[in-house]
Amino acid sequence: MIRVELSKLLRSRRTWTTIALIDALPTLVGVLLAVTDLGPRPGEGPAFLSAVLTDGTLFPLAALAIVLPLFLPIAVSVTAGEAIAGEAAAGTLRYVLVRPVGRLRLLVAKLVAAMAFVVLTVLVVAATAYVVGVALLGDQSVQVVGSTSVSGTSLSTPELVGRTFLALGYAMLCMLGVAAIALFLSTVASSSLGAALGTMSIFVGSSLLLTLDASEAIRDYLPTRYWLAFVDLFRDPILWRDLQAGVILQVAYVAVFFAAAWANFATKDVTD
Amino acid sequence: MSRDTAIRTQGLTKYFGRFEAVSDLSLDVREGDVYGFLGANGSGKTTTVRMLLGLVLATSGEIEVLGRPMPRSGREVLPHVGSMIEGPAAYAHLSGRANLTLFDAMAPRSRRTGRKDRVEETLDRVGLGGVDERPVKNYSLGMRQRLGLAAALLRKPRLLVLDEPTNGLDPQGIRDIRALLLELNADGTTVFVSSHLLAEIEQLCTRVGVLDRGRMVVQEELAVLRAPTGRILLGTPDPDAAIAQLDRLGRSVEQHDGRRLAVRAADAAELNAELVRAGIGVDELSVERRSLEDVVLAATSAGNDTFARPPRAVQDAS
Ligand SMILES: Nc1ncnc2c1ncn2[C@@H]1O[C@H](COP(=O)(O)OP(=O)(O)OP(=O)(O)O)[C@@H](O)[C@H]1O
Ligand SMILES: [Mg+2]
Repeated sequence: MIRVELSKLLRSRRTWTTIALIDALPTLVGVLLAVTDLGPRPGEGPAFLSAVLTDGTLFPLAALAIVLPLFLPIAVSVTAGEAIAGEAAAGTLRYVLVRPVGRLRLLVAKLVAAMAFVVLTVLVVAATAYVVGVALLGDQSVQVVGSTSVSGTSLSTPELVGRTFLALGYAMLCMLGVAAIALFLSTVASSSLGAALGTMSIFVGSSLLLTLDASEAIRDYLPTRYWLAFVDLFRDPILWRDLQAGVILQVAYVAVFFAAAWANFATKDVTD
Repeated sequence: MSRDTAIRTQGLTKYFGRFEAVSDLSLDVREGDVYGFLGANGSGKTTTVRMLLGLVLATSGEIEVLGRPMPRSGREVLPHVGSMIEGPAAYAHLSGRANLTLFDAMAPRSRRTGRKDRVEETLDRVGLGGVDERPVKNYSLGMRQRLGLAAALLRKPRLLVLDEPTNGLDPQGIRDIRALLLELNADGTTVFVSSHLLAEIEQLCTRVGVLDRGRMVVQEELAVLRAPTGRILLGTPDPDAAIAQLDRLGRSVEQHDGRRLAVRAADAAELNAELVRAGIGVDELSVERRSLEDVVLAATSAGNDTFARPPRAVQDAS
């Protein structure tokens, strides 16, 4: 079933359109930076953006920092929100279940497909950004060898690559949290739009609450609390505290919402 | 000889909230049957079919399909069951072929080898063998219906459960489907088909169950339901003379409609001979049988009966 879901994902024109749209923003940012040479000052604007003017190979990270807070989670909400509700609305859910595809297996396959979508998007964004960065942006790293960490010290290339992969893994875990919420709502809502909007309002609401002093008591449990903690991977030394908290929190969200999705879907009457 | 049961339910009941959609239903379908599941709109046919397939969970009661309890044994049972539930459905942006390929791949332990052949063979069966690669969203209603049937037939099921399979088909399409189902049945497939088209069921089925507001009101072999009523229908150019002669013979003419008479008699040939001997021409002659329509209406619609019918038929049906 996982293979079937992946094949459906890859064959859908919408998948590629969405990825292209997500990819457009960081590319536009890259082009604008190259043309104007006006980077944000260090410590302002999206993470890493100030650094890319001197080192274009850092642009993939900057691109991720651009898509992660909003674009990617929206796309994940839509993809995973469609999982069950979309099949139900199209009438195919009943035919999938009588093949038979076990209900748990279907949920797992849907979650895996949503994650495959994330991986695909991240790879495309990173690859395009690398090309844009190397072709258009600063190339001082060629002489300096090694890049600058957020803390100002120099990182060797293997170090940088390792930390980039850790950052990607962390970002994907955050998106898995989003996907689990969307999957749960998809088993509850009768339309995929409802599930997607519900998920978006959860993380938009969470981001809003984070800016509020009054929400101090619950802020450590909000789903978006540690989303951008991957920046800490590029400090020297790495600041693990938020990252650890983030991993635990996301794993908890995934576990709770996947269990809820299963509990709801396992005994649900499929009547559409 | 009693055959194995293909579907058996006992006390099957389904509440949607406080609404009782299916009530204490006992289905009995044997292997090799073509079973017609009749009922008016909203009588609970689709709900029953969904329960048989494990899509809707029964409030109470037992279900056995191909000798195994459902929905508990769905993993073992469903690979041998092909189904169409309340109209076909497919992934609209993919072609019919791609859809069948996906559905084939979904099934547990489905092999890749021979998949292409399975798909093509099934498309041929339903008359879509020559279809191009246009996406299903551009299919006509009839093509979708055929594709839905193809998806049901994909794994050569022992049991077909079809909910209104001819919905939206033209007369030729309906005939094709009927011929296909009879052919499959001749090869040993049990067919369970729900419909509200009585004529459809009458031409196809060997056994009939009639549902009325969630309750089973009739379940019987079609041949038994369609037993002769004990009357002969005859047409004559000279009805008055015929009635006079039949009176003399002590036969009761129960209905008289222009030149057509309904006469209580067991043997059509004997009746014919009597009339001809008296010099009265007979140009139509048939043994009256209850139509399925009579049976169903008698069983389901108290007070909503606009068809003239002898009162005995009402008794037999219950
Ligand atoms: N999910 C549901 N929630 C509430 N009531 C439902 C639900 N599904 C079906 N019903 C009700 O159950 C009854 C039986 O519906 P069902 O679809 O089984 O009828 P049917 O015999 O298939 O009718 P038709 O010939 O129109 O397809 C109807 O009164 C319907 O309104
Ligand atoms: Mg129905």
